[in-house]
Amino acid sequence: MKRRMKAILAMSVLLTLTIALSACSGDKAGETPSGDPSADESSITIGIPQDLEESLDPHMAVAAGTKEILFNIYEGLVKPDKDGNMVPAVASSYTVEEGGKTYTFTLRDGILFHDGTQVTVEDIKYSIERCADTSGEGTLLVPAFSNIESVEIVDEKTVSIHLKEASTDFLSELTVAIIPKHNEDPAGNAIGTGPYRYVSRSIQENIVLTRFDDYWGTPANIKDITLRIIADGDMIVTNLKSGSVDMFCRISTDQANELAGTDFEIYEGTMNLVQAMYLNNSFEPFQDIRVRQALCYAVSPQEILDLGFDGKGTIIGSSMFPAFGKYYLPELSDLYGKDIEKAKELLSEAGYGDGFSFTITVPSNYQQHIDTAQIIVEQLKEINVDATINLVEWGTWVEEAYTGRNFEATVVGVDASTLTAGALLERFRSDSSKNFINFSNEAYDAAYAGAQASTDDKEQTAYYQECERILAEQAANVYIQDMACLVALNKKYGGYEFYPLYVQDFASLYIR
Amino acid sequence: MKKYVFTKLAGMFFTIICVAFLVFLAFAVIPGDPALAKLGAQATPERLAAMRAQMGLDRPFWERFFSWLLGAVRGDFGTSYSYGTGVSAIIAEKLPVTLLLTGMSFIIMTACSIPISIYTAKHEGGLADRIILIVNQVIMAVPPFFAGILITYLFGLILHWFQPGSYVSFAQSPVRCLVYLFFPAVAIALPKMAMTVKLLRSSLLDEAKKDYVRTAYSKGNRTNGVLYHHVLKNAIIPVITFLGMTLTDMIAGSVIMEQVFSVPGIGRILVSSISSRDYPVVEAVIVLLTFIVISVNLLCDLICRITDPRIRREA
Amino acid sequence: MKKRNYNLLLGGIITGIMMVLTLTGFFYTPFDPEKMDAANKLSGISLTHIMGCDNFGRDIFSRVLKGCGTTFTVACGTVLIGTVFGTLIGAFTGYFGGLVDEVLMRIMDALFAFPSLLLALVFVSLFGSGKYHVIIALGIAFVPSFSRIVRGEYMRCRELDYVKSARLSGASHLRIMFVHILPNIFTVLLSSVMIGFNNAVLAEAGLTYLGIGVRPPDASLGEMLSSAQTYLFSAPWYALCTGGTMILMILGFSLMSEGLKKS
Repeated sequence: MKRRMKAILAMSVLLTLTIALSACSGDKAGETPSGDPSADESSITIGIPQDLEESLDPHMAVAAGTKEILFNIYEGLVKPDKDGNMVPAVASSYTVEEGGKTYTFTLRDGILFHDGTQVTVEDIKYSIERCADTSGEGTLLVPAFSNIESVEIVDEKTVSIHLKEASTDFLSELTVAIIPKHNEDPAGNAIGTGPYRYVSRSIQENIVLTRFDDYWGTPANIKDITLRIIADGDMIVTNLKSGSVDMFCRISTDQANELAGTDFEIYEGTMNLVQAMYLNNSFEPFQDIRVRQALCYAVSPQEILDLGFDGKGTIIGSSMFPAFGKYYLPELSDLYGKDIEKAKELLSEAGYGDGFSFTITVPSNYQQHIDTAQIIVEQLKEINVDATINLVEWGTWVEEAYTGRNFEATVVGVDASTLTAGALLERFRSDSSKNFINFSNEAYDAAYAGAQASTDDKEQTAYYQECERILAEQAANVYIQDMACLVALNKKYGGYEFYPLYVQDFASLYIR
Repeated sequence: MKKYVFTKLAGMFFTIICVAFLVFLAFAVIPGDPALAKLGAQATPERLAAMRAQMGLDRPFWERFFSWLLGAVRGDFGTSYSYGTGVSAIIAEKLPVTLLLTGMSFIIMTACSIPISIYTAKHEGGLADRIILIVNQVIMAVPPFFAGILITYLFGLILHWFQPGSYVSFAQSPVRCLVYLFFPAVAIALPKMAMTVKLLRSSLLDEAKKDYVRTAYSKGNRTNGVLYHHVLKNAIIPVITFLGMTLTDMIAGSVIMEQVFSVPGIGRILVSSISSRDYPVVEAVIVLLTFIVISVNLLCDLICRITDPRIRREA
Repeated sequence: MKKRNYNLLLGGIITGIMMVLTLTGFFYTPFDPEKMDAANKLSGISLTHIMGCDNFGRDIFSRVLKGCGTTFTVACGTVLIGTVFGTLIGAFTGYFGGLVDEVLMRIMDALFAFPSLLLALVFVSLFGSGKYHVIIALGIAFVPSFSRIVRGEYMRCRELDYVKSARLSGASHLRIMFVHILPNIFTVLLSSVMIGFNNAVLAEAGLTYLGIGVRPPDASLGEMLSSAQTYLFSAPWYALCTGGTMILMILGFSLMSEGLKKS
């Protein structure tokens, strides 16, 4: 009897041991693919924080996280380079006629889709019309395309786009992907002209891309790319350190510090967004400009950078960031220095001498905005303003705060969809549908309209700068910073390039 | 017995409909429009309306619920909002991963906890018993997610026994898949192991003090014989019920561990679908999990009835 | 009893210390738990900051004191909701049985199988985040398990002699349920309350980890522990101190519940 008991005990111990042992031996086999670079020289695993959308149809994609990846698969007539200039892509050259009323493109010679077929002018016409909804049967996919009068095939190498009203900014909208007309399933079967082509995907697990060898331009350096989804932000550092992921974009300064002294190099660029505490201008206390200014005097962006971001980031003073070059006015960031006395004075003038309280709504999936909000709450205590943080899910934020405009203040980052100043400034027109802060200022509306009507570049720039200045002086929002964008890349690789737009360029990466 | 099983099955059906309704209701009341969640902040009103119609959200609540119910009975759970494929296909792909993980941790747990509890019960009050009891208490006090993180750090980053985040699917490489899943399985199993040891040990000790055990001894049986033949058989009955509950707990626990160890199972799908407001997926996953939970409970009930004549007579 | 009840004793001591710390936290902390200081960002253990400082330069010890209070409130609230409703439902279903029992228990089954994560999410999405909503959500999730335990006890007790004689002497059902039976199942209930308390502490930590728990700048042990893990390499004391406090808190209660069972 005793023996039988022992046997059972021994069996179960053995069972556990075998599992543990196989764990050790299996590990050695498992290390080779990503642990040893010589085994497979041209592959890289890149971590992404969320799965791509269901549809890889570039015209239907809405999530920024999907679009930035699709940048490698699809190209438009033109595409942005790393300095933000529009360079010809599917088209080899273009001309702008009639002061911006007609754009004419010449198709690049011998350019191929990923399935090996030639790109034709028909495909271009199809792609543009699909987004512009010229037939009126579908939906308008690119709002700016409502300005398109017609797309005309001039000859088998030339296409002209006629606009209803002249626009000098229109070229930057023509980064819209050119896709083959014959593809019946653009959502599932991604075919473009970009340096990488789509291979496969597994939901919530990974997406696999491979180099397109017949690419018209400089081919990509690395052959295979696996995009691995790491939904849990806390696991990013662990996965980088363990070597299962070679690159991760937009890590936090804390995560970067945790990676110090490892095989990773941290690239620092800018996020190209306007992080601010956006104030609902129709909420009682914020209707008064003095209250808004008081908040600006009380909140110190420098302290926020020091406490929450290791001092990294660019302080901004209006809805514009440095990547915009000529439009950006650096002096606006000094408009409100930290001045508690002044802030208190303004508050008592406005009748809030004893302070007041409000709620900051923050989407719970953005740690950096939550951190910023926490610091702001601390800073506002100095002027007896009692702010509380309300964390909401992203879906709730979009519906309630953004679309419903039902919030008091919110900390988020607003980015630009295209590289035109209008993309950032249009939303603050009093009657704009995107004006979620309910900002209303006649001088602003006039200046913005002036910029739109102007065809002279200098004049237009001056109008846009006027808009920025009004936003700053009116203290429409408490502007904070354009956050630093930190990218962790294993030292085995190099060549990461920052773009002034929200895209990731994998083609420039190479193995050292 | 037949009548018992029948009423239980009827109750089960009722429970599942209750759960399905609760989920539907939950999504009807929480803010977050699925169409808006999908199209994002830049959505134009026209595209939103078109998307809502496509998702069937323009229909009234009851109509949606009953048409879902009718579909579900036929095995059709609809189409996922965010992945565009059939919900059944997604579940068929991801559920095996979770079941494998849960199964592994269940095996690890039983394989370790039964011998440990027998050992501690046999040597009650001894040094090993005391140490194990203290370790047990401490393990039970560690939050599961933190235990998972500690395991990734210790075995993944310091000892390099496995590579965190390098999950491969079973189809690609069964060995590497099992090796990788071993660590999250241990993380899930640990707290449950502690509880089982605690329960089985005290259950064994309780039984050992009963009269029939004394009788067995007085008949000249040896310690191990009594322990194995009489005591364990009786002491295991409350444990079976507990194991059943543990198995369902483990399925729920895998939600967190899948997050920590980046395992693409049903839990990851559930969490991401809740935030993207992908109702069809959430609905199907929850109903399925409920079904598993209830079936396991029913099964345990039946096993107890069969093994324990006292309960059988009661019914 | 010849052997001293070490479990109860040790559990009592640990819980006592934790209670003192928690109570102190409500009235006094060495530093302002929300005061940030860039110079002390992630500074280590020192005489001034006995548990070091967190990523905003806040004193961890002060936050732990405050966090104990929050965690304690959440756990107590949760258990209170769970016990009160669980006892009521369990008492009625267990005592009367029949159809009401069958239907209520099926609903409890549904609630039991319903992931508490989703339940919490519904509440947090409806009413916003914050500790009170976590309490309600977790409380509801805890009702089924309490009602099951209580129901079982009532089923057992309703056939016992003292209940039968009370009924014969003309006591009302309500009186029998709450005056006669309830005190008799008190030990069972107390022990499950303590286990429930621990589960609530762990559940709160889990919810916070998934991003739907206590909202900042409120400190709770779970919230601190999940933010501490980012700094596990550069500031291990952060996780150790918060995790250690949490483990002690749970340990105290589980030892006490163990001890209660024995006595």
